Amino acid sequence: MTLTTETYDELRAIGARYPEARSGLLPMLHLVQSVEGRITPEGIEACAEVLGITAADVSGVATFYTMYKRRPVGDYHVGVCTNTLCAVMGGDQIFSRLKEHLDVGNDETTEDGKVTLEHIECNAACDYAPVMTVNWEFMDNMTPDAAVGLVDALRDGAEVHSTRGPRIVTWREAERVLAGFPDDLADEGPAAGPASLVGLGIARDRGWTAPHPDTDAGSGRTADSKQEAVAQADTGRAETETKQEEGSDD
Amino acid sequence: MTDVLTPVLTDNWGDDRSWTLDSYAARGGYEALDKAFAMAPDDVINEVKESGLRGRGGAGFPTGMKWGFIPQDNPKPKYLVVNADESEPGTCKDIPLMMASPHTLVEGVIISSYAIRANKAFIYIRGEVLHVVRRVQRAVQEAYLAGHLGKNIHGSGFDLDVVVHAGAGAYICGEETALLEGLEGRRGQPRLRPPFPAVAGLYASPTVINNVESIASVPSIIAHGHGWFSSMGTEKSKGFGIFSLSGHVQRPGQYEAPLGITLRTLIELAGGVRDGHELKFWTPGGSSTPLLTAEHLDMPLDFEGVGAAGSMLGTRALQIFDDSTCVVRATLRWTEFYKHESCGKCTPCREGTWWLVQTLSALENGQGSEADLDLLLDQCDNILGRSFCALADGAVSPITSSIKYFRDEYVAHLTEGGCPFDPARSTAWAGQEVNA
Ligand SMILES: Cc1cc2nc3c(=O)[nH]c(=O)nc-3n(C[C@H](O)[C@H](O)[C@H](O)COP(=O)(O)O)c2cc1C
Ligand code: SF4
Ligand code: FES
Repeated sequence: MTLTTETYDELRAIGARYPEARSGLLPMLHLVQSVEGRITPEGIEACAEVLGITAADVSGVATFYTMYKRRPVGDYHVGVCTNTLCAVMGGDQIFSRLKEHLDVGNDETTEDGKVTLEHIECNAACDYAPVMTVNWEFMDNMTPDAAVGLVDALRDGAEVHSTRGPRIVTWREAERVLAGFPDDLADEGPAAGPASLVGLGIARDRGWTAPHPDTDAGSGRTADSKQEAVAQADTGRAETETKQEEGSDD
Repeated sequence: MTDVLTPVLTDNWGDDRSWTLDSYAARGGYEALDKAFAMAPDDVINEVKESGLRGRGGAGFPTGMKWGFIPQDNPKPKYLVVNADESEPGTCKDIPLMMASPHTLVEGVIISSYAIRANKAFIYIRGEVLHVVRRVQRAVQEAYLAGHLGKNIHGSGFDLDVVVHAGAGAYICGEETALLEGLEGRRGQPRLRPPFPAVAGLYASPTVINNVESIASVPSIIAHGHGWFSSMGTEKSKGFGIFSLSGHVQRPGQYEAPLGITLRTLIELAGGVRDGHELKFWTPGGSSTPLLTAEHLDMPLDFEGVGAAGSMLGTRALQIFDDSTCVVRATLRWTEFYKHESCGKCTPCREGTWWLVQTLSALENGQGSEADLDLLLDQCDNILGRSFCALADGAVSPITSSIKYFRDEYVAHLTEGGCPFDPARSTAWAGQEVNA
């Protein structure tokens, strides 16, 4: 199926956000997924046409990023974090229970086309481990039983809410937001989950605060030269990145 | 004496609808902006230099100095790019920050862009956090409507446009030059340096790339002054930072404290490790920073302290594992992650991480001999420092450090013909009546 002129217009609108239209390719591919349910050859062609690059170029980009899917995704993309911390906290048990319950393997979709199961990497929510996602909304502090209840509710078409976000929209609707076309759900859900607030709560209880704004310790300058900064900068990882700055000298 | 915890960035997270402009403005939000506009851009850079703020994205490079590298005589446009890719395993501070208080980031973006004289800024958010993308999109929209973004902001004559850009799943895009490739619509593979982003970054124009928390710290520095900021922290690691505790502690979560706090203090605040268990190993700054053990509980968590112990402060991502956890299983899982995320550009990393997984899996299954441990260390040697970017250096960290502290446990897998641990005991529900 070819894409509608409306979709072409939206693809162009994405490109127009940037000084160079090609910068829009990642959001454009999100839009393709929202319209097509996956990355289709037609979607790739459309991006290529709009950007004036080859389909092979677009395809090379689409295959690099894990959120782009070549097989159709269900209404609900269910992610289970199995990176180390979540795995140890029970993510492995959740994932195997769901595979069994849904009778699918990794990155596969249930027969009714509703749920696609995938194990995902650390999703920056480790303080809520074990963590799941539905269409990239957080489902925090999961257990195998809760996970089964969740996917059953999704397949039954019940309204499901993220533990730190709004009611769950479909995968295609989610992809549209990632393409930079907001829905109206930003104000739903809490500001923060309980774990995000523990330190703040303790500080409030004990009357701990940052210093009064009038506090002045004088200059805190840590390094006066690039060389000194490099010498001070954190080891390993820092080195490759801080050494760069020497090169930007004069 | 500074208090043990010093909420600044997290201070408003408990407020009613803290993500909205109304809520942020009610606390004096966007007032630092006027203070900055009353200063010359170079003076803003100096203020941040004087504060001692060092990058919060892992490397710890002085932020003000980075801004000073932008060649202002270069006629090309200048760009600010915020690194909101937060994907380093264990790291979970930028995401709650943008969820609860996206305006802190937006105000920081405006002040920082003004300082480096950028009229266009990008916030590159990893794609897998939909609601965070929504909150930042909304905050930017609100800021435009209120005149904090767009043309002639607050009558200053300064113009700024901000684009919120969602990534698409690739850990390597957190590496700053790979991020630029992603932002130019290409495969996220790191670039050769030089040229450096400050000189030739996005579209070969001068570009500053900073972490979310670095940029979000800027409004408070401008509002309260560099002396206030540097009154917190240690000699060379100034200010506050968000410490993220996860894993086997009673109350995992975000704890904002001056740099230099110890893990002992943090674990006490978190109610200790789980009942009946002891701390076994932990990461100070994500999985790319070498593991540490209980012998490091009193080490100051600042750049120098953690460096002296042979690891890195990184992103203050404190993943805590108690004695129920198999260190070989943990290490293998991280190694599988690096193998999966290797961008494939250079051979030592692409092939090396594959071999590391093979060797480690065999060991985890109790196959092989003790000589394989030395083989593993050899393989690490061939990767460390020989790869194109720091992903590969991070990949060997868990392996070399776990062998250093827990060689016996590797050997136990061989003598017992498999893993001696019961994974059920390390789960969040271990000991409770939940059916796994
Ligand atoms: C493999 C790899 C992944 C990285 N991921 C991130 C990330 O997710 N967020 C981040 O801010 N920095 C990340 N960094 C560090 C960035 O390259 C860069 O140092 C940082 O964004 C600079 O900002 P700062 O000076 O404010 O810390 C990563 C580095 C590497 C090598
Ligand atoms: S070290 Fe790994 S991630 Fe970095 S450029 Fe080489 S292959 Fe890519
Ligand atoms: S390890 Fe699962 S969210 Fe970080």
